[in-house]
Amino acid sequence: MFEFDLYRVLSFAFQFLDSFAVIVLATVGLAIIFGMMGVINLAHGEFILVGAYATTLAFHAGAPLVLAMVIGVAITTVYGVILERTIIHRFYGRLLDSMVVTFGISIVMIQLTRIAFGNSLPQISTPFSSIGFGPYSYSTYRVALAGVALLTLVSLYWLFTRTDFGVRARATMQDADTARSMGVDTDRMYTSTFAIGSALAGLTGALYAPARSMNPEMGSGFLVEAFVAVVVGGPSVLLGTPLAGGLLGAVNAGFTTLGGTFIGQVAMLVAAILAIRLMPNGITGLIETIRQKRRERA
Amino acid sequence: MSGRPTTSVVGRVRGRLEGPNTMGNTNGFWIAFAFAVLVFAAYPVLFGASAANRIAMFLVFALLGVSLCFIWGYCGILSFGQVAFFGVAGYTFGIVTINVTNYTGMTLGIVTAIGVSTLFAAVLAYFMFYGGVRDVYVTIMTLVVAIVLHTFMQQTAGSEWAIGDARLGGFNGMVGIGNLGIGVGDVGITFDGVAFYYAALATVVAVYLGLRVLVNSRFGYAMIATREDEDRTEMFGYDTTFIKFVTFTIGGAIAGLSGVLFVTWGNYIDPSQFAITAAAMPVIWASIGGRESIIGTIAAAIAIQTLEFQFHDQWALVIVGSTLVLVIVLLPNGIAPAVRDVLVEHRRPASPAPSEEVGD
Repeated sequence: MFEFDLYRVLSFAFQFLDSFAVIVLATVGLAIIFGMMGVINLAHGEFILVGAYATTLAFHAGAPLVLAMVIGVAITTVYGVILERTIIHRFYGRLLDSMVVTFGISIVMIQLTRIAFGNSLPQISTPFSSIGFGPYSYSTYRVALAGVALLTLVSLYWLFTRTDFGVRARATMQDADTARSMGVDTDRMYTSTFAIGSALAGLTGALYAPARSMNPEMGSGFLVEAFVAVVVGGPSVLLGTPLAGGLLGAVNAGFTTLGGTFIGQVAMLVAAILAIRLMPNGITGLIETIRQKRRERA
Repeated sequence: MSGRPTTSVVGRVRGRLEGPNTMGNTNGFWIAFAFAVLVFAAYPVLFGASAANRIAMFLVFALLGVSLCFIWGYCGILSFGQVAFFGVAGYTFGIVTINVTNYTGMTLGIVTAIGVSTLFAAVLAYFMFYGGVRDVYVTIMTLVVAIVLHTFMQQTAGSEWAIGDARLGGFNGMVGIGNLGIGVGDVGITFDGVAFYYAALATVVAVYLGLRVLVNSRFGYAMIATREDEDRTEMFGYDTTFIKFVTFTIGGAIAGLSGVLFVTWGNYIDPSQFAITAAAMPVIWASIGGRESIIGTIAAAIAIQTLEFQFHDQWALVIVGSTLVLVIVLLPNGIAPAVRDVLVEHRRPASPAPSEEVGD
C-alpha cells in the first residue's frame, strides 16, 4: 500500500515546506510579543489582515508588488504601535486580560473591515509559476516562502542575540526592574518589540496577499496555527518557533498527503493537544528540563 | 453578615446561599432579585409569547455564560471551550430524539446529552490538569478543542455522517430535533412555547442558587484559594488538581444543560454555534458583567444579546467588541463589582467591601 512513490514524496516535501512557512510566518510575530511582554495578542490574525489588505489595496492602486508589500508592512507597524500605545500597554503581564481585550479588538477589526471593504477583495495573482512533477504541480511562490520564513528566523536570531538592541530587549524581558535601573528605557523596549511583532504580522499578511483569498476572516486562518505553534514551541520563542513549525508542519503535510486538507488540519490540532499534554512547557521547556538534569548529574 | 440568627428556616437557607464569595448578601439584594424573577415571570403575560420566546433564548445563553463564570471567576480557569460542551450536548440530544421520537426519547435525550457533555469535560479536564497543563495553555487548549470540533462538524454534510436516523448535516446543521419534554412512552409533558420560557427561567434561577450554595461551601473556598494562589493552596494540603478537575467538569455539565435548552428551543443546531466568534461570547458576557459575579454574567448575557438583537445589523459586533475593550480597560473586573461597590459604599460607608481579596 505504501510503496515508494517519488511523486508522493515530492508532494509531501512541498506540502511540508508550505505548512512550515505558514506556521513559522504566522507565529513569529505572536511569539515575540508573547515571549517578550507576556501578552497573548488574539488580534494577531487581524494584524495579518491589515498587512494583507494594505498590500492588496496598494497593488490595485498601481504599486508594484514588492513596493505594495513594503507599504503593507509599514502600515501594519504603525497600526500596531498606535494600538500598543493606546490600549495594549496597560495589559503587560496580565495574560488572561490581554487575551480578552485583544479578542475584543479582533472582533471590532473583522467587522469594520467587512463594513469598509465588503466580504472580499480581488486577489493579487500569485507570482512565479508552479513546479510540475509528474501529474502534480505545486505553487513555486508558496514553496519559496519557506525560504523567506527561514531568513526571517535567522534575521531575528541575529537581531536579538547580536545587536545592542537585542541585548536590551532580552534584559527587559528577563527582569524589567533591573534593566530599568541599569538605564534601559523599558517602555521604549516594549513599544519597539511590539512594533517588530506587528511588522512581522504585516510581513506575513503581505507575503500571503497573493496566495490566499482576501476576506475579513482570513486572520483566523493564521491565528490557530500561530497559537498552537507558540504553545508547542514553549518559552524560548526563537528556537521554539522553528521546532514547532517543523513538527506541526510535518504532521500537517503528512496527513494532508494521505487524507486531504481537512485530515491534515485536524491531525495537526490533535498533535498540538498531545504535544501540550506531554510537554506542558513546550519543546524548548522540555529541552531546558533535560539540560538541567544533565547539569545536575554532571 | 455573621450576626444573623441561623435558627429560622429562612436564616438557615440564606446562610447556605450567602458568604464572602458571592455578591449580593443583603436584604436589598434579595428583594431586588425576587423582583427581577417576578418581572421575568410576568414577561410572557405582559409582552406576549413571541417576545418571551426571544428572551428564552437569551436565558439559555445566560446559562452558558454562567458555566464560564463559575470556572473562570471562581477557579481562575479561562476556557474558550464552553461552546464545545454546549454543542456536544446539543448534537447528542438531537441524535437521541431523532431516533427515539417519543417522551422516552426526550427524557433519555436530556440525560444522555448532559451525561456526554459532562464526560467530555471530565476527560478533557483529566487530560489537562493531571497532565500539568496550566494557565494560558489551558485556555489555548480549550480554544483548540472548540476549533477541532467546529472543523470536524463542518464537513459532516454527507449522508454517510448519520447516527441511526439522525444526519449530522455538516454546515447545514441538524434539523428536526425534538422538543424539551419529560415522560415515558407516550405519556409525559412537553415544554413548548411559553412553557419552555418558564422551564428556561426556572433552570437559570435553580442553577444560580445552586452555584451560590456551592461557591459558599467549603469546596467554594478551596476553589477561590486555588484561583488566588495554587501553589500555596497545595501547600495547605488541598488537592488543587482535583479541585480544578471537579470545577471544570461541573462547568461542562452546565454548558451541556444550556446546549440541551438551545436545541430544544429552535429544534436545530449547526456548527456555527461553536465557531470562534461564538466561543468568545461567554468570555465577553463574563468579562463585561463581571466574571466573579454570577448574577452580573447573567445580566450581561441577557443585555448584550438583547442589544445585538436590537441592532441586528453590521454594527452590532462593532458595538459589542468596543464595549468589551472599554470595560476591560476601565473596569478590569467587569461592571457588577463596580455596581456593588457603589451600592455598598452608599449604604454602609463603614463596612469594608465583603468580597475583597485577602492580601498577602
